[in-house]
Amino acid sequence: MTDSTIIRFDKVTLQYDGDDAVLSDVSFEIEHGKFYTLLGPSGCGKTTILRLIAGFIQPTQGDIYLSGRRINDVPANKRQVNTVFQDYALFPHLNVYENVAFGLRIKKMKQAAIDAKVKEALRFVNLTGYENREIREMSGGQRQRVAIARAIVNEPEVLLLDEPLSALDLKLRTEMQVELRELQRRLGITFIFVTHDQEEALAMSDEIFVLNQGRIEQSGTPTDIYDEPINRFVADFIGESNILPAVMVRDYLVEFAGREFECVDGGFHPGENVEIVIRPEDLEITAPGEGKLKIRVDSLLFRGVHYEIVGSDEDGNRWLVHSTRKAKVGDEIGLDFEPEAIHIMRFGESEEDFDKRIEEFTEVGDED
Amino acid sequence: MKTNSRNLYLIPYAAWIALFVVAPIVLIVYYSFRDIEGNWSLSNYAHFFTPVYMRMTLSSFWYALLITLFSLLVAYPTAYLLTKAKHKQLWLLLIILPSWVNLLLKAYAFIGLFGTYGFANAFLESVGLGRQQILFTDFSFVFVSVYIFIPFMLLPIFNSLEELNPTLIQAARDLGASPWTTFRRVVFPLTIDGVKSGCQAVFIPALSLFMITRLIAGNRVITLGTAIEQHFLVTQDWGMGATIAVFLVIVMAVIMAVTGRRRRGARG
Ligand SMILES: Nc1ncnc2c1ncn2[C@@H]1O[C@H](COP(=O)(O)OP(=O)(O)O)[C@@H](O)[C@H]1O
Ligand SMILES: [Mg+2]
Repeated sequence: MTDSTIIRFDKVTLQYDGDDAVLSDVSFEIEHGKFYTLLGPSGCGKTTILRLIAGFIQPTQGDIYLSGRRINDVPANKRQVNTVFQDYALFPHLNVYENVAFGLRIKKMKQAAIDAKVKEALRFVNLTGYENREIREMSGGQRQRVAIARAIVNEPEVLLLDEPLSALDLKLRTEMQVELRELQRRLGITFIFVTHDQEEALAMSDEIFVLNQGRIEQSGTPTDIYDEPINRFVADFIGESNILPAVMVRDYLVEFAGREFECVDGGFHPGENVEIVIRPEDLEITAPGEGKLKIRVDSLLFRGVHYEIVGSDEDGNRWLVHSTRKAKVGDEIGLDFEPEAIHIMRFGESEEDFDKRIEEFTEVGDED
Repeated sequence: MKTNSRNLYLIPYAAWIALFVVAPIVLIVYYSFRDIEGNWSLSNYAHFFTPVYMRMTLSSFWYALLITLFSLLVAYPTAYLLTKAKHKQLWLLLIILPSWVNLLLKAYAFIGLFGTYGFANAFLESVGLGRQQILFTDFSFVFVSVYIFIPFMLLPIFNSLEELNPTLIQAARDLGASPWTTFRRVVFPLTIDGVKSGCQAVFIPALSLFMITRLIAGNRVITLGTAIEQHFLVTQDWGMGATIAVFLVIVMAVIMAVTGRRRRGARG
């Protein structure tokens, strides 16, 4: 644990009355002043983690620390943490001003101080002049800003955001992604942001936790997770990818699709069964017979920025290619890629072992 | 064509209202301007605004207020616990069930329970307090009335608590509110509509209670309801009875208008 650690989960397990564990043995550390994202499919336990941090539920086993203090038994109203709820949970009987002032009034702050802070918070979320509006008069995007203002006005050390953008339309969502990221930088506090949208997670975070069925599959920076997914679940969940069964002939040499390819990963047993990932944008179209692979084009879709090409090789493996070059359905094309584009995943490897192996071998590989 | 058929459907409803709501009120107003000899006069109203009837009115309001207050004090926490209970629909049914039993039957049951040789006195005797006069006291009157009215108070409060979004409670806690502050600032204000409906449903009928005043309170408590009953059935002074009824109708209309308007203001 470092000095900048603000939240620590130590082997936290959670069961809702007698059912199967929703979280099992979850451990992680969260540092001060960073933007974290909990990413995972619906029902994997993201909201549950936020509820544990906020104090609405207590862990069945394990401990939670906030700024070094064990907070398992500290009630929600005594924690220096605020939440932006999935449905915003604004108080319908209070106007915008009173919603934002709610936490300050509970602290028995002076009216003049409340006035100043509410104004400041509303200015922060670009809602100056909306003080006297009723909540029902606000649009979805505005309500969300009120919810954010209501939380940040209390100057929490950690702000929890539960899928705050999922109810907004695409354009507004993209705008809010930028604004939230900007807001976090200006406030300098820790954001823990929940989403099931991998693009959102990649765009916004300093650090991502990928969750699956109550476990953290992998944590790391967006590029770490995108470039070096630990297993099939993460590779699949973070963006589209080509995942194929393969065999390590020896370190830095892998066999798949009936051929051997140079790669940059090591630390395997010779002959070990593995899976490989190649991202569709790392595949380059060449003339047939020129690239490393030959595929027949099965379908072609124009996606605005690129073409999405689906084809199959002679072994029947399916290949997804993103390219700015067009291809004709039925044609044969060649595919070329760099050794670095191949990422190798070992079956059942723990995150710790994975990190160690990547550290130890990838650098050696790069020096080759 | 469309509006025509819609009007057709309205006929039974309109007839019902005309026959059972408008006509009785018109009749009551008519009788209230007739003296006991059947002449047009304002004497009933003059009589109503004398100390005897004013005291009766005050006492009616006072008891109705007590009954409403105690019903609320019992019903709100009960409703709150119910929303948290496992088999809430079953519990709710058990609480509502007694209101399906005829009022008279319940009153007679309480006479049995509270009587000199009743269950309550047997209990008091066994704990060494001796027999007490329970029946025919203010206590028994308010107690039995509260018992009878609780379901009418509980139901609207239960419904408004059920409608309350539970994340709002979490939001309040998240913003630093203690459980009590959460109740005071969020839960209660957001269920005030249910409380108002419940108070209406109890206060208005409680104003004109009559059967229970005789059976349980032994006519020690004389409310406007009792007075109306006496005038129509005993003294045969229909004019005076009608005058009191007119007064009650006006009071009820005012109460409904006031609470109704506020409710719309809070919501709309
Ligand atoms: N109050 C609860 N009682 C029982 N099970 C619950 C409760 N809340 C959530 N769950 C279960 O816990 C799992 C994780 O839920 P949640 O943390 O809300 O997932 P997410 O936010 O990732 O979609 C789900 O399977 C859900 O059904
Ligand atoms: Mg959720």
